[in-house]
Amino acid sequence: MNPSADALERHFGSAIRRVTESCGDTIVYVELGRLREILAWLKDTPDQAYIYLVDVTAVEYREPERPLEVVYELFAFSRKVGLRVKAELPKDQPLEVDSMVPLWAGANWLEREVYDMFGITFRGHPDLRRILMWETYAEGYPLRKDFPLRGRFSRSEQVRQALNANPEAHYSLEELGIAESYQELPADMRGRLARGERGQIAEPKGGA
Amino acid sequence: MGVIATPDRSPGSVVSQVSPNWLTTRVDFLVNWARSNSMWPMPFGTACCAIEFMAAAASRYDIARFGMERMSFSPRQADVLICAGRLPFKLAPVIRRIYDQMPQPKWVISMGACASTGGIFDNYAMVQGIDTVVPVDVYVPGCPPRPEGLLYGILLLQKKIRGETLADPSIRIEQTLDEHGLRLSPERIDELSEPFGNSLHQTRSA
Amino acid sequence: MMAEKRTLDVALGTTGVDERGLPVTVPLGFEVPDAGAVEEAPEVGGEHMLLNMGPQHPATHGVLRLVVELDGEVVIRVIPHVGYLHSGFEKLGEYRHYNQIVPLTDRMDYLAPMANNVCLAMAAEKLMGIAITERCKVLRVIACEISRIISHLVWLGTTGIDIGAITPFLWMFQEREKFYNLQEAWTGARLTTSLTRVGGLMADIPDGFEDGLRATCRSLLGVMAEVDRVLTRNGVWVGRTQGIGVLTAEEATNMSMSGAMLRASGVDYDVRKDRPYLDYETYDFEVPIGEHGDVYDRYLVRFEEVLQSVRILDQALDRLPDGPINVADHRVILPPKHAAMTDMESMIHHFKQVMEGVPAPVGEAYFSLESPKGELGYYFVSDGTAKPVRWRVRPPAFINLSALSKMAQGHLLSDLIAINASVDIVMGEVDR
Repeated sequence: MNPSADALERHFGSAIRRVTESCGDTIVYVELGRLREILAWLKDTPDQAYIYLVDVTAVEYREPERPLEVVYELFAFSRKVGLRVKAELPKDQPLEVDSMVPLWAGANWLEREVYDMFGITFRGHPDLRRILMWETYAEGYPLRKDFPLRGRFSRSEQVRQALNANPEAHYSLEELGIAESYQELPADMRGRLARGERGQIAEPKGGA
Repeated sequence: MGVIATPDRSPGSVVSQVSPNWLTTRVDFLVNWARSNSMWPMPFGTACCAIEFMAAAASRYDIARFGMERMSFSPRQADVLICAGRLPFKLAPVIRRIYDQMPQPKWVISMGACASTGGIFDNYAMVQGIDTVVPVDVYVPGCPPRPEGLLYGILLLQKKIRGETLADPSIRIEQTLDEHGLRLSPERIDELSEPFGNSLHQTRSA
Repeated sequence: MMAEKRTLDVALGTTGVDERGLPVTVPLGFEVPDAGAVEEAPEVGGEHMLLNMGPQHPATHGVLRLVVELDGEVVIRVIPHVGYLHSGFEKLGEYRHYNQIVPLTDRMDYLAPMANNVCLAMAAEKLMGIAITERCKVLRVIACEISRIISHLVWLGTTGIDIGAITPFLWMFQEREKFYNLQEAWTGARLTTSLTRVGGLMADIPDGFEDGLRATCRSLLGVMAEVDRVLTRNGVWVGRTQGIGVLTAEEATNMSMSGAMLRASGVDYDVRKDRPYLDYETYDFEVPIGEHGDVYDRYLVRFEEVLQSVRILDQALDRLPDGPINVADHRVILPPKHAAMTDMESMIHHFKQVMEGVPAPVGEAYFSLESPKGELGYYFVSDGTAKPVRWRVRPPAFINLSALSKMAQGHLLSDLIAINASVDIVMGEVDR
């Protein structure tokens, strides 16, 4: 058992929901609302010094009533020990959790991936967009258990949507400097950018 | 391949009125000889197969023996699109645009199981065979195919090119997307994409 | 620490600016326009250009797409777009037995498939509490180090092409073919090895493998010495790599870099040393650490890692013990074919494993190892069935790539290619 678990319980009391051990890894379940505070403490306290964020991910269990979990895998270079911190997200509430990008810049893409795959929103994330699937992907969040392995749409519909997605759809006006000069762009490019970024793909003519 | 447009037989089309004769077969021979021995590949390498494609282009297998060492990374100067690796849906419009940008005459080699059928990736992200997106001339099986396999595919394509004739212009007609934005009919795509073999049994997660 | 923004000298032999402080460019062969015409020319300064690179571009090492905002030739911002090779690995893993996931891992980091195989088997063994045999441990070390070598060889070759040196590519692929031959003799496949099984290996090394590996390592060292002579002190190479794409130690740690990206910045973190597995603590090898965190240091670190891997391979071959490669428990690993055909109990084990898989106890395990790209971690969550509830891959290349925007800011467009190459991405693993 990692001694950090005891230190956390002493310092945060009831915000530490429970501590378990599995296969030699210490797992700390913490209160969702205080997650950032707890991780900041683990990172900044000198005798904890978990300065390296190894991984951010989420887990959904096969039992539909069990909550989702966000998982933070930490590592302390100085003491060469790892710690796993988890917070539970009940499914009947909005899936929201504080972003850890202010603490670790490395959380940026990892949290975007969790958002993309599970639909968990990270509050305060600077650039929360889909990362692996494209912006207009309409089928849902692939790693959720209610998402079928082959996707929700038929194969022909998937091909149609994919072929009709403009490659320009992946530009994001907000992140690019051309945002200020949007009105000066040629009309067709403006239209493409607007369609790709926010619009839907047109229904097929003559019925599919 | 039910979507190929009917050949242009209108009176204005000169070549279509010429039936094969001594002159056209000689011209065919010359043109096909030149085409088949100087194919410039457009390496659309996405995944593992691209590594074997690189191996085929490097020292030991030396694709230059077939007049193909000039990799054309611009589709506008390419003759053969070699799709080496799996094709996710996110990449489908890209390969389609590259194919559309290539000038005629053009051919497509589908290298590897994933490009040809989706391979082991029968899931939400993967196009189940690039023939639902672009027409394919040669399928090279293997996961990934060995460089020798790719070279054999290239030889087959050369053989196919040597059988082409200028008297049949239909093979050079651009195959564009239909009004649904698809290459094949939706029913045909669903049929081509159906799971088979082992992937029939993989829909239960526990 | 951001690198200093550089601009190009416009007109040689002049101050480059006119009396109003505006840059003067003189097109060759054209008359210099008179002052009045210059007055009327539209103001173009400050306009940025948007450049799209990829997803089909020879210098992006796969289907990476970069949207670059340029001021002239200077990169103001670069936004990587990934996901063009997203294949749903993690979702597929939830539908497969642990051993059935092994072929998936081949296709993830296809430049170093054996390291991925080993990582998967080790993670599943950690979850199930299986201790593997001594011979298996040493063979897995050999597999990991061969992977490191062939991955770094591809990296060196393709990076050389990106920066303008084509010869190393041909040398590297020649050496790689020798390792591929060994890999093929051992596993039956050049690329998709599927080497490991939970509790052991798919096959023992064939006769002559040890001699072949020693000979290949010797010839590799000769080629590496040649590459060293060609590149390390080459003026073009040094000029295009030194001071480019700098990450400080703090930045690299904060951005969760790993592997050569982290060590080139001066952080001493190698999973082989810091979380030892497969008895790596008993091998004698050095972990190269860089100072400046630039592209050149990453080159030096990877170069040295190849040499250290050869050292480890030598030691592993020396100590390779005899004995079984698989655990004795036939509930975990398939019994030999002749036993399955003659012995009732073995046949039942065989049947149950093939049809139902090996159930893992309820729990979760994170196991990571030092793959050629960095810290490769597999995280399994099990609910007691033979298929994982969640299979998470900690993708080193994905996380390393996220620092690209930071590293490329203020550099020239041509440096962006060098920086991108120095990350050593493999899109199969970035996008999974």
